[in-house]
Amino acid sequence: MLVDLRILRFDPERDEKPHWDTYSVESGPMDRVLDLLHQVKWEEDGTLTFRRSCAHGVCGSDAMLINGRNRLACKVRVDQLGRRVSVAPLPGMRVIKDLVVDMEPFFDQYKSVKPFLVNEEPEPERERLQSPKERARYDDTTKCILCAACTTACPSFWAQPSFVGPAAIVNAHRFIFDSRDHASEERLEILADEDGVWRCRTIFNCTDACPRGIHITQAILEVSNAVVERRG
Amino acid sequence: MTVPERQVHEFPAVIVGAGGAGLWAALELAREGIDTAVLTKLYPTRSHTGAAQGGICAALGNHEEDHWEWHMFDTVKGGDYLVDQDAAEVLAREAIETVLELEHMGLPFNRTPDGKIDQRRFGGHTRNFGEAPVRRSCFAADRTGHMILQTLYQQCIKFGVRFFDEYHVVDLIIEGGETRGVVAYRIADGEMHVFRSPAVLLATGGFGRMFRITSNAHALTGDGPALAYRHGIPLEDMEFYQFHPTGIVGIGILLSEAARGEGGYLRNDAGERFMEKYAPKLMELGPRDVISRAMYLEVREGRGIGGGDYVHLDLTHLGRAVIEAKLPDITEFARVYQGIEPITQPVPVQPTAHYAMGGIPTDVMARVVIDEKNTALPGLYAAGECACVSVHGANRLGTNSLIDILVFGRRAGRDMARHVRRNGVPDVPADVAEPVRAELEALRTRPVGENPNHIRAELASVMMDECGVFRTGTSLVRAYNVVCDLKDRYRRAQVQDRGRVFNTDLLEARELGYLLDCAEATVMSAMARTESRGGHYREDYPQRDDTEWLQHSLAYRTEGRPEMRYKPVSITHFEPKPRTY
Repeated sequence: MLVDLRILRFDPERDEKPHWDTYSVESGPMDRVLDLLHQVKWEEDGTLTFRRSCAHGVCGSDAMLINGRNRLACKVRVDQLGRRVSVAPLPGMRVIKDLVVDMEPFFDQYKSVKPFLVNEEPEPERERLQSPKERARYDDTTKCILCAACTTACPSFWAQPSFVGPAAIVNAHRFIFDSRDHASEERLEILADEDGVWRCRTIFNCTDACPRGIHITQAILEVSNAVVERRG
Repeated sequence: MTVPERQVHEFPAVIVGAGGAGLWAALELAREGIDTAVLTKLYPTRSHTGAAQGGICAALGNHEEDHWEWHMFDTVKGGDYLVDQDAAEVLAREAIETVLELEHMGLPFNRTPDGKIDQRRFGGHTRNFGEAPVRRSCFAADRTGHMILQTLYQQCIKFGVRFFDEYHVVDLIIEGGETRGVVAYRIADGEMHVFRSPAVLLATGGFGRMFRITSNAHALTGDGPALAYRHGIPLEDMEFYQFHPTGIVGIGILLSEAARGEGGYLRNDAGERFMEKYAPKLMELGPRDVISRAMYLEVREGRGIGGGDYVHLDLTHLGRAVIEAKLPDITEFARVYQGIEPITQPVPVQPTAHYAMGGIPTDVMARVVIDEKNTALPGLYAAGECACVSVHGANRLGTNSLIDILVFGRRAGRDMARHVRRNGVPDVPADVAEPVRAELEALRTRPVGENPNHIRAELASVMMDECGVFRTGTSLVRAYNVVCDLKDRYRRAQVQDRGRVFNTDLLEARELGYLLDCAEATVMSAMARTESRGGHYREDYPQRDDTEWLQHSLAYRTEGRPEMRYKPVSITHFEPKPRTY
């Protein structure tokens, strides 16, 4: 199938502003958008720039705006998009070049919620016990691959980039509801801030965008409820 | 030309690569209060450790009796007796404390009903020295590697490890017989950065991208091994490359061995569970080399599905509940990448290039050793897939890669801590980055030349076809000639992107040079070894030959053909025996 592939291009060494380039590429039956990008880069225009690594949806490198939705280029089959495919960088982020955006602010927000287990009790000889039920409580949010598809799909984040964003809240959730963790209070304090959970307007864009199928809006609501309960 | 002062950094310890091995080493150093820099050409959470699915082995015995000695035996036998048994003992013993420490760091393992770490079966792991499968693989659904990577990165944040994300290491600094640091290219702006350090750990992962069908990430281009090789360090056991049996047809994405650990079957066109013929005792839980060869033989004899070059992985009898609870990710892979519903349909699979048993030779402290006498190169370390310690010998068992990267990453960190206490930050010549800067500039500005992507595609094809699951002297000579020709053409390759900002065209071309070096060592080592053992199968020499070949190969770079030398295998517990399953 012959596909019209439109890509929003920007080279800071040559361009004053971004512009669309269109490529006509042949797509095989199971090809993904990443395959088309490679085809252009390797055969037509070596300057086309994007991040990618694992190419099967687990490393989170190649999140981008594909036909108007944030998705992983390696996980979207072209036959599900049709003959017109448009690709642009993640919205709301500073573009470095073509589809590559500055991820530093995103990782800073992630780091701000203490995304690590805190448990200062002496370590037991064997594993800490955790029932399957306790383990299941936070299972969904362990799936996050930090691709930024959710945060950069969020209108609240677009309007207010200081909003900590869905991804950071998901990673806070992963620890707040882990029975082994002792720092929930501190995380809830951080997320009770004006740039914390209250900026969520339950628009569900994050949940739609997540390539891992995490119920993000649900997770944010659970954290919001925990913030409220804490205030008692 | 000298690098500006603001681009020269000093660190007691530098780690190249942010997968499991690099991150655990960094954590050991950081906990000791040693300022540690981790350089990665990606972001840490993009590292390929995160793609590991099925589990991490340790003889915890949470379900049934198990002992580290059994794990050690399985590892040695799985590796067709080329495993260094002193290293396998370290692996199997320290696996237990390492997995428990991971749990203490917060790793969300699946749990048994009484709250312990859950364990499942995996290929080649047995009770009582080969009697029957044992539940040894500790897991977090089928995203164990993802959870390991996340957990270690989280802990590194907690302990203040310094990350240099998207810094591509392009040279090692080795002067006067000792390690003095690395040179890195900052991807964001193309500036060269020099990191002076007395201790450098290479933890750059594998080089599966030299093969056409591979489970490996695009980033896995053998950077660490190739840089070591260019500095006169040999590459060990490069002829041993693992092809995992269950890759998605055509694109090689992995469907975890956990699918068979949970009870999945392999079937040929007649619907037969053909492993009955090849490994009657362990069946689908035989080691990977045995199963991949069996699949090729079935296909060659016309029993591939519809006469094609693949077989079926059948999970349909497991039921929706087991598949969705324990194998959610690979189920999704089949749906997304093949349009197959594994709950009701068998999944087409074929072997995929997966794991390098060989690599940079090290001792059990992860120190790089450079000759047949295991002489260490002071300050240089290697751990993880880029290293060869050798715990995998001629064939790695499933789940042993995750435990290898952690056990030896941990040991590397601890030994580096000792080393940096005795050694200050070394001097380096002012123009130390000049040779590699000049190489990159030449590549970036060459006015005409061949598209390097065509060279990469030809390399991947010849390696798959002539140096894959089955090899012969003739096929290897063909592969060697092609690799030499490609190396020659590579010297005249031209990139299109002339920019300095985020020039991935340039870096992919640089990576191709690393792949060519790794391929040269692989093919040469395979040509020289006239026997079959583990993952190296020579149709013209189908038997294992312990009299001649119970030894590790070392390939040294020269101006012409690589020079081959050999060193003995450490045998402490288990004498080599015929390997049947």
